[in-house]
Amino acid sequence: MPAPIRLRELIRTIRTARTQAEEREMIQKECAAIRSSFREEDNTYRCRNVAKLLYMHMLGYPAHFGQLECLKLIASQKFTDKRIGYLGAMLLLDERQDVHLLMTNCIKNDLNHSTQFVQGLALCTLGCMGSSEMCRDLAGEVEKLLKTSNSYLRKKAALCAVHVIRKVPELMEMFLPATKNLLNEKNHGVLHTSVVLLTEMCERSPDMLAHFRKNEKLVPQLVRILKNLIMSGYSPEHDVSGISDPFLQVRILRLLRILGRNDDDSSEAMNDILAQVATNTETSKNVGNAILYETVLTIMDIKSESGLRVLAINILGRFLLNNDKNIRYVALTSLLKTVQTDHNAVQRHRSTIVDCLKDLDVSIKRRAMELSFALVNGNNIRGMMKELLYFLDSCEPEFKADCASGIFLAAEKYAPSKRWHIDTIMRVLTTAGSYVRDDAVPNLIQLITNSVEMHAYTVQRLYKAILGDYSQQPLVQVAAWCIGEYGDLLVSGQCEEEEPIQVTEDEVLDILESVLISNMSTSVTRGYALTAIMKLSTRFTCTVNRIKKVVSIYGSSIDVELQQRAVEYNALFKKYDHMRSALLERMPVMEKVTTNGPTEIVQTNGETEPAPLETKPPPSGPQPTSQANDLLDLLGGNDITPVIPTAPTSKPASAGGELLDLLGDITLTGAPAAAPAPASVPQISQPPFLLDGLSSQPLFNDIAAGIPSITAYSKNGLKIEFTFERSNTNPSVTVITIQASNSTELDMTDFVFQAAVPKTFQLQLLSPSSSIVPAFNTGTITQVIKVLNPQKQQLRMRIKLTYNHKGSAMQDLAEVNNFPPQSWQ
Amino acid sequence: MIQAILVFNNHGKPRLVRFYQRFPEEIQQQIVRETFHLVLKRDDNICNFLEGGSLIGGSDYKLIYRHYATLYFVFCVDSSESELGILDLIQVFVETLDKCFENVCELDLIFHMDKVHYILQEVVMGGMVLETNMNEIVAQIEAQNRLEKSEGGLSAAPARAVSAVKNINLPEIPRNINLGDLNIKVPNLSQFV
Repeated sequence: MPAPIRLRELIRTIRTARTQAEEREMIQKECAAIRSSFREEDNTYRCRNVAKLLYMHMLGYPAHFGQLECLKLIASQKFTDKRIGYLGAMLLLDERQDVHLLMTNCIKNDLNHSTQFVQGLALCTLGCMGSSEMCRDLAGEVEKLLKTSNSYLRKKAALCAVHVIRKVPELMEMFLPATKNLLNEKNHGVLHTSVVLLTEMCERSPDMLAHFRKNEKLVPQLVRILKNLIMSGYSPEHDVSGISDPFLQVRILRLLRILGRNDDDSSEAMNDILAQVATNTETSKNVGNAILYETVLTIMDIKSESGLRVLAINILGRFLLNNDKNIRYVALTSLLKTVQTDHNAVQRHRSTIVDCLKDLDVSIKRRAMELSFALVNGNNIRGMMKELLYFLDSCEPEFKADCASGIFLAAEKYAPSKRWHIDTIMRVLTTAGSYVRDDAVPNLIQLITNSVEMHAYTVQRLYKAILGDYSQQPLVQVAAWCIGEYGDLLVSGQCEEEEPIQVTEDEVLDILESVLISNMSTSVTRGYALTAIMKLSTRFTCTVNRIKKVVSIYGSSIDVELQQRAVEYNALFKKYDHMRSALLERMPVMEKVTTNGPTEIVQTNGETEPAPLETKPPPSGPQPTSQANDLLDLLGGNDITPVIPTAPTSKPASAGGELLDLLGDITLTGAPAAAPAPASVPQISQPPFLLDGLSSQPLFNDIAAGIPSITAYSKNGLKIEFTFERSNTNPSVTVITIQASNSTELDMTDFVFQAAVPKTFQLQLLSPSSSIVPAFNTGTITQVIKVLNPQKQQLRMRIKLTYNHKGSAMQDLAEVNNFPPQSWQ
Repeated sequence: MIQAILVFNNHGKPRLVRFYQRFPEEIQQQIVRETFHLVLKRDDNICNFLEGGSLIGGSDYKLIYRHYATLYFVFCVDSSESELGILDLIQVFVETLDKCFENVCELDLIFHMDKVHYILQEVVMGGMVLETNMNEIVAQIEAQNRLEKSEGGLSAAPARAVSAVKNINLPEIPRNINLGDLNIKVPNLSQFV
C-alpha cells in the first residue's frame, strides 16, 4: 500500500474541491484509506493519519474510528506520536466513552516521564478532559508536580489541580499544603495559575475562604505582589503597552474581591492598594482600562470606605465618556450592577447614560435602556420619560416590547399627574402599539376607570387616535372599551382639558363598525368592539335601531365568540329590554390591589351595588364582564358563573384573589389558624370620611330588623361588640360591625383586629376607623366585616387582637361562638 | 472559564475549533455556524461583546470576538472572566501566532492546524488562562518543535537519545569539536534540561 499522504497534501486537495459534494467525496476516500492503514497497524504513519483525521473532524466529518488509534499513539515512545495522540484524545474523546479510561495508565506514566514536555502534555490532557475517576486516580501525581521546582510544570499542575477540584470537590484538601509556597514564586506564569487555583478554592468552599483569610494571611501577600507589579518600573518580559503584567494584576484584583467580600479586616487591608491602582493606572490603552475596570468592580464589592466608592463611580463615569465602545459597554454593565446600592452616585451620570440611548450599537443601547429604567424616580420622571419615549420611537423592534413595559411600570410608579399618565400611555400605544404586551390592556383600562375626571379627555383622545388608523390591536381594544363606556361624554362634547370635538353618534358607530369589519382586527378586538356597540345602546339616544341591526347581523357570524355575544345581546334587546339599562350601566371604579400613584381614591360606588344584586343574571350572563367580576369582588363569586373569558378580567379577579388570601387555611376543628393577612392597611387605602359614611349607615337598602348584637370579646378592659345586618335581597351576606372600647385608664394604641372564618365562609374586612382605642370608654374603634355564608352554616369566627398597652405589646386570640342564629340562618 | 475558542474566516469556514466543555459533534458544528451568523452581522465600529447564542449556554455566556483581516477570533466565556482581559488575551494569542509563523496569515492556520492547537495549548489549558507572556510561550513551543524534529531525524530509540542528552553535564561539552577536517558544532541543548 502506498504511504498515506501527508496532512498538507490532504488539505491542498480538499481546498481544490469546488462543491460540498466534491469535498465530501474526497474526504470519504481519504477516510477509507486511513481506515485500512489503521487496520494494518502501521506505526510509522499512524501520527500522520491521526493528524488528517483531526483536520477532517474540524470540518465536521465523523472521526470516531480514530479514538483507539489516539490511545496507541499516546502509548508510543516518540514525542511526536504522543503530541498528536494527546491532541486527538482531547478533541475526540470524553468521559462518555469508556475508552478514555484506558488512558489513565499512560497518563500516569507520562506524569513521571523524564522529559518535561511529555509531563506537560499529560497534565494538559488530564486538565482538559479528565473524568472524575481519572482525577481521583491521578490527583496524587498532580499534587506532587505542584511542588516541583520546574516552573513550566508547576503552572500546568496548578491548572490541572483546578480541574481536579471541579470534578471531585472532596479532593480540595489534598492540595492545601502545596499552596503554602505558591505565592513565593518569581515566575509570573506560576503566580498567575496559582492565583487561579486559590480563587477556585476560595469560591468553592467557605471554609477554605476563612482559612485563607486568617491563617495564611493571603491578603497581605497579594497586596505585596500587586505593589511590586505597580512600583517595579519597566520590566521587558512582562510588559504589555507599558503596564507590568496586566493579566496578573487583574487576577489578583479578582481574588482580592473574593477575599474582601463581607469581611471588614480584609477590606481594610486592601483599601490603600486599591486607591493606588485606581489613581496610578494609565488609561490610554485597553490594558489600563481592563485593570481599572477590575479595580472598580472590586471596590464596589468589598466593604470599602465611601471615598473609595465615590472614586470608583467616577471612574465608571469617565468610562462612559470614552470613545472606545467596549469601554462604554463595560461601564454600563457595571453601573447596572451598582445602581441598587449606590443609587445617588449613579444618578449623577444620568445624562450621559441617557445619551447612550442614541448610540448606534445595539448592545450599548440595550444596557443603556435597562440602566435608564433603574434610574427613573419621582424627580426626573418627566425628563426621562421624554427621552424614553423618543427612544421607543426610534429603536429596533426587539427592544420595543421591553421598553414599552418598562415605560408603563415607571409611569405607574412615578406619574406626577393623572393626565400626564394617560398622555404617556396614549403615546406608547400610538407609537409602539403592536408591541405592547397583552396584560397592558386591562391595566390601562383599570387606570382609565380610576381617573374619573379624565374620562372625557381620554375618550376624546382615543377616538382621535383610532380615527386615522385602527391596526394596532391593543390601542384599538382600549379605545373600543372607552368609547363603549364613555360614548355619551364623547358626543356631548364635554371635554375640559382639550378643545372638544364635534362627533355625532353615527360617526362613532361608523368607526366601531369598521373595526368590526376590518381584516386587521383580531377576534379579541372584534369582541371588544361589539360589546362597545352594545353598551352604546343605553348611552346613545338616536341610533338604537342601528345598533340593533348591527348586533343581529353578527348573530350569524362564523366566529363563535362573536356569534355568542351577538346572540346574547339580541336576547337582551328582545326579552330583557327592561334590564338592559341596568346591565349596561357605567362601570364602577375597580379596586387596585397594589397601592400606588399620588391621586388614588378608591370608591365603592353605592349606586351600582343594588343593581347587580337585584338582577340575578341568567346563567350564560350577557352582562358586561367587569360588572359580574365586581360581584366576585364583593361576594367571592360562588353563585355567579364565570364570565366571558376573553374580556379583560385580570384586575377585578385579582382583587377577588386578595379576598381568598385573607382567609388563609382555616379548618373547622379549630387548629391554630394561619392568620389572615392583616386586613386593615393594605387592602384599601380609604380616606376616613368614606368609612364613617359606611359604618354609620347600613350598607343595604333593606335591613332585616332586630338581630341582637353580641359581645364577642371582653378581657383586660378591652371589649368588642358585634352588631349585625342582613339583606333581604341576598341572604348569604351578613355584615358585622365591630366596636372596640377600652375601659382601662390608658389608651390602647396600634390596635389591629384580625379575623378568620372556616373554609366554607368568605370574609372581607374593611378599614378600621382608627388604631387607637381611647381610655375610659371615651370612644370606640369601628370596623366593618362582611361575611358570605352560602351554605348557611353556623357562623364561627376566630379573632386575633394586637395592640400596645401600658408600654408593652399585647396579643390575644379568641374564638367567637355566640353568634345569634338570625345572623346566619 | 473559557467555554470555547473558535476561529473562522469571513465565509464561516472553521480554521480552529476548540471546545473546553463537552458537546456532541453535530452541536459543535451548529454552534460554529450560529456564532458565525451572530458575529457576521456586527458592524466594525461597534463593541466586541455579544450575548451568547442559544446553543452555547444561555445568558451567563458572552461572545468576545476580534476581527483580523479575514479571520474572526471568537472566545466564548462566562462571567468569571474579565471581558477587557479576554480582548487582550486574543491579542496576545494572535501576536504569538505571528511570532511562531513569521507574519502569520490564514494559509498558515489552514495548513498547520495541529501546530496552532499546540500553541493554543500553551496559552489556554482546560478553559483557563495558562500563560500570557509571549516570549515564554514562543520559547516553549520552539523547544517542543525541536524535540519533534530531532525524533524525525533519529530513527532508532529517540526517547532514549533524548534522555541521554538530558543527562549530559552540559557546561563541559565543548562548543566545537575539531577532528581534522570535520568541524562539528554542538547545538545548545539547555532547553532540554
